[in-house]
Amino acid sequence: MREAMIVNRENLINVILAGLLLAVPFAANAFGEPFYITLATRVAILALAATGLNLALGLGGLVSFGHAAFFGLGGYVAGILASHGFSGEPLLFGFSGTNQMWVIWPVAVILAGLVGLAIGAISLRTSGVYFIMITLAFAQMVYYFAVSWPAYGGEDGLSILVRNQFPGVMTMRPMSFFLICYVVLLVSVGLFALIRASRFGSALQATRQNEVRVATVGIQPYRIRLTAFVISAMMTGLAGALFADLNRFVSPSMLSWHMSGELIVLIILGGTGRLFGPLAGAALYVAFEYALGGITERWQFFLGLILLLVVLFARGGLLGLLAGRARHG
Amino acid sequence: MGDAVLEISNLAKNFGALRATDGVTLDLRPGEIHALIGPNGAGKSTLIHQICGTLRQDSGTIRFAGQDIGGLGVAQRARLGLGRTFQVSSLASDFSALRNVMLAVQARRGSSFRFFKPVMRDKGLIDTAMTILERVGLAARARVPAAELSHGERRQLEIAMALALQSKAFLLDEPMAGMGPEGSKSLTRFLDTLRHEAPILLVEHDMDAVFALADRISVLVYGRIIATGTVEEIRSDPAVRTAYLGDHA
Repeated sequence: MREAMIVNRENLINVILAGLLLAVPFAANAFGEPFYITLATRVAILALAATGLNLALGLGGLVSFGHAAFFGLGGYVAGILASHGFSGEPLLFGFSGTNQMWVIWPVAVILAGLVGLAIGAISLRTSGVYFIMITLAFAQMVYYFAVSWPAYGGEDGLSILVRNQFPGVMTMRPMSFFLICYVVLLVSVGLFALIRASRFGSALQATRQNEVRVATVGIQPYRIRLTAFVISAMMTGLAGALFADLNRFVSPSMLSWHMSGELIVLIILGGTGRLFGPLAGAALYVAFEYALGGITERWQFFLGLILLLVVLFARGGLLGLLAGRARHG
Repeated sequence: MGDAVLEISNLAKNFGALRATDGVTLDLRPGEIHALIGPNGAGKSTLIHQICGTLRQDSGTIRFAGQDIGGLGVAQRARLGLGRTFQVSSLASDFSALRNVMLAVQARRGSSFRFFKPVMRDKGLIDTAMTILERVGLAARARVPAAELSHGERRQLEIAMALALQSKAFLLDEPMAGMGPEGSKSLTRFLDTLRHEAPILLVEHDMDAVFALADRISVLVYGRIIATGTVEEIRSDPAVRTAYLGDHA
């Protein structure tokens, strides 16, 4: 009974969160305040990136401090394809870029997945602090590569002159672009839920709880983790492509370790491993950034305080606070 | 000897100057319970680790189900049918008893790379796991998280997971430890029936259980097997008496 009630309460909170995220831009639209639409879009995209990380970190216990690599990679895919599409300069094999999101997204996802496979294959040979450090090191390598590669703006970044297109949608309208991001977020969260409940999800969560136990029943933890890491990278890569389109700009800052840290912070704020934890965390984060950022430049100091409180007193994050402890059935 | 399920020969493992395993030769035959006893520090755990694959031997061979498994990893050995329980229970502690067993069932079926069907609506998986939980007497506690189970129940759950793997041999590391007299008795009865499913290599300190269950006993002292034989042979072996059994025999 208690179990069922907690699950229902969490579902209710999830619906409210998803509803709020949808309601804010509509209200902003009605009141002629498009800035809030942009904020909501930012929340949706950060939530998507963090949902990707949540798969590795929340379900698999893999504290990747390098997910900015995938986020930035997705961003650069959007930026580079768009810039070639605009200039008509051939990129590879006569392909001269595109401004179509439905082409950009799969490229971003596949590339992030491949890089995730390479980084994961090596990093997952380690664990604990070493894993954190090695993922950070890989991400920093990608970061410095982007900084020192002048073809696509180097340190200055790369502008996307006109937001990329999606068939049948006016992507330059903030509301339309928000809806694209919102749908992508919901689909990804749905995918996360499916994976979490599946046999693979069971094995992944068991690997987090007790690696030896998983090996003892004959499942190789490494393979499970690597697969999760790749899917995680793909989702975060997709978020990166959307983020570049939101800002119509991509720069190495998307690849920096601050970004990796931000994603981890979002998850911890919202609730590790929880379905809507990343959304709750992203909403909280962006609201903070906006509300406090207007008052003081040192808003991150206060964010730090909140994070401290969450870690000390509310380990389950916002969702743990609202919906109770997670149950695993 | 040729039909032994598990055959260990001349196994050796050193930690620096310490000979933890010193030329151990041991086999496990179909239908038997082979008990491995020895004083603390005799190298029982080190031997278990080498059989399971968490430690690699320095020399010697381990054959299991007709195959040399000395170079395989833990998961590969488990896939071949080596089921084990731990001295200190090792479970997915957030998961319920049921989900722990379901994990073992899905592992045996090699179906851990399915991404979409929810396990908690997978009737085949749940029913198989429930049947096994009933066998070990844990059905009523199926939905309780492993972390909240009692010590004895966790022991039972580990055995249930080994059963779910349809193991070809069981490697039980001190299953009686901390069980209490009643628990030990019922577990002894259970293990007595289990030997017909697959042979058991039983590492145990509880001599009552060992003498009640074992078809053969091997005595490990300072990394060496000093004697192997039936209960009677071991009881009357003078070397064993001085080395280990003391007033117990």
